[in-house]
Amino acid sequence: MANPGGGTVCNGKLHNHKKQSNGLQSRNCTKNGIVKEAQQNGRTHFYDKLIVESFEEAPLHVMVFTYMGYGIGTLFGYLRDFMRNWGIEKCNAAVERKEQRDFVPLYQDFENFYTRNLYMRIRDNWNRPICSAPGALFDVMERVSDDYNWTFRFTGRVIKDVINMGSYNFLGLAAKYDESMRTIKDVLEVYGTGVASTRHEMGTLDKHKELEDLVAKFLNVEAAMVFGMGFATNSMNIPALVGKGCLILSDELNHTSLVLGARLSGATIRIFKHNNTQSLEKLLRDAVIYGQPRTRRAWKKILILVEGVYSMEGSIVHLPQIIALKKKYKAYLYIDEAHSIGAVGPTGRGVTEFFGLDPHEVDVLMGTFTKSFGAAGGYIAGRKDLVDYLRVHSHSAVYASSMSPPIAEQIIRSLKHLMGMDGTTQGLQRVRQLAKNTRYFRQRLQEMGFIIYGNENSPVVPLLLYMPGKVAAFARHMLEKKIGVVVVGFPATPLAEARARFCVSAAHTREMLDTVLEALDEMGDLLQLKYSRHKKSARPELYDETSFELED
Amino acid sequence: MDLRRVKEYFSWLYYQYQIISCCAVLEPWERSMFNTILLTIIAMVVYTAYVFIPIHIRLAWEFFSKICGYHSTISN
Repeated sequence: MANPGGGTVCNGKLHNHKKQSNGLQSRNCTKNGIVKEAQQNGRTHFYDKLIVESFEEAPLHVMVFTYMGYGIGTLFGYLRDFMRNWGIEKCNAAVERKEQRDFVPLYQDFENFYTRNLYMRIRDNWNRPICSAPGALFDVMERVSDDYNWTFRFTGRVIKDVINMGSYNFLGLAAKYDESMRTIKDVLEVYGTGVASTRHEMGTLDKHKELEDLVAKFLNVEAAMVFGMGFATNSMNIPALVGKGCLILSDELNHTSLVLGARLSGATIRIFKHNNTQSLEKLLRDAVIYGQPRTRRAWKKILILVEGVYSMEGSIVHLPQIIALKKKYKAYLYIDEAHSIGAVGPTGRGVTEFFGLDPHEVDVLMGTFTKSFGAAGGYIAGRKDLVDYLRVHSHSAVYASSMSPPIAEQIIRSLKHLMGMDGTTQGLQRVRQLAKNTRYFRQRLQEMGFIIYGNENSPVVPLLLYMPGKVAAFARHMLEKKIGVVVVGFPATPLAEARARFCVSAAHTREMLDTVLEALDEMGDLLQLKYSRHKKSARPELYDETSFELED
Repeated sequence: MDLRRVKEYFSWLYYQYQIISCCAVLEPWERSMFNTILLTIIAMVVYTAYVFIPIHIRLAWEFFSKICGYHSTISN
């Protein structure tokens, strides 16, 4: 079980917290939650933990209107393309040069059509420049467009003190300079900013060694290695771990960095349905029984790629079941804890602690420092021989420049803060404040009647908006009310499920959350967003299946 | 007072129509074009309904009454 660095007082508080969370969960499970395992005897086994997550389906008229809205947008898109083609209207988008008119067209597939005609109309809700630290309150630069979002200009004014519901600032550590950051100033004075080398050449500093030891201690594993960029950690290290002749089983909704790493490796990739252990088991059985496609030889390695918390759905991976499957079929497990490290679990150590599992059971633990630690970069942790192998064979270690020293010091400071090594319990308090904020926010949103996706303990809260017109109206109105939200549309989510994604932070006070909730209430009534009818979800959950024999 | 609330309600309803049908993100000339086309289609539907539905109902009533009348004469 998890062992926080504090004394008995911490332990006492920890047990109360767990009981409290279980109590809340059993109250919530009478609503639309999908209850997976029943609570049994008093012994806290990980199967006792109720996984309450919901993916409610929208009413039918909402889907009809959504598709109708996209249809009208598409019709007008064709009209505008026709006008642009025949020269009636000036074309601001990218086109081929006159000499290349007879070549295979570059800009005619659906993605480009969608970008030119639908995304451009509401483009002012994305890429908004900010001019302060992304804490709980931040400043947004005001900009207007004179030609319907093809070009922007800054008016020179700044919208001050906008409540930040979009930054991945889960523990509130991405803030302005304060006295506790003094060590970073000292490191800056001694080491400077740039490293000017890769890990293999002259870029390994003693700061990196200190950081890696601290990360290994924090995660309770044997060793860890840190890299300068989180995306590159995934995409450059998966090719070092698997190659041709191996099998990768990757979740449907994995992040692009995992997909890119899997494709770069050259292994065979098979996708299983999101968080669905039955689908994963079927794939594992087929892999073990039938082997490689033509030769029927056994696979050299089977690697399961999952994420701890999925950032677009807010769901938490069903880790106990996946570990049971992995042991049964002798596969390896790679977890990307980008959003869950520091944010999930009683002391912030990620999904393994959330479920009460031993981190040694996961083969490769990967995470990033961008979200909860207010820095940049990623790490891979696990057994010492795995990490030593990666030190030699990773592309990132050979070619990419290593982490900058002030950033490494910021991570060291945050880790010490979280583990209580700086002599206070503030780190633990931040984790607990985040959990409290998360539960409060999600509970209030569900009471108001919005459709929220995901596990009730995940700090990423997607609120479904569905219609493209409402997406634009929502983002603009919220900025007018001085609340900054992130809305997500088609390429990142399915076409009909546009959403607003809130990231709850430990730096949000109760008043800020109440302000946001009031504004959301008003928006929900103005734009008619309260679709929830507390129906059971549409995704097929095959919990009643007792046998997994499949007829061929 | 009542008139103002009715007007507010109608403007809210118009706003709902605008965001659901993506009129809120279209440029003004596209918006007027779309509204014109939609109103034309609705006007044509209403006109057709006004002219033809009474005639169709009368024909259907005669057809069915003839069938029932025929049926009753047969059974007698």
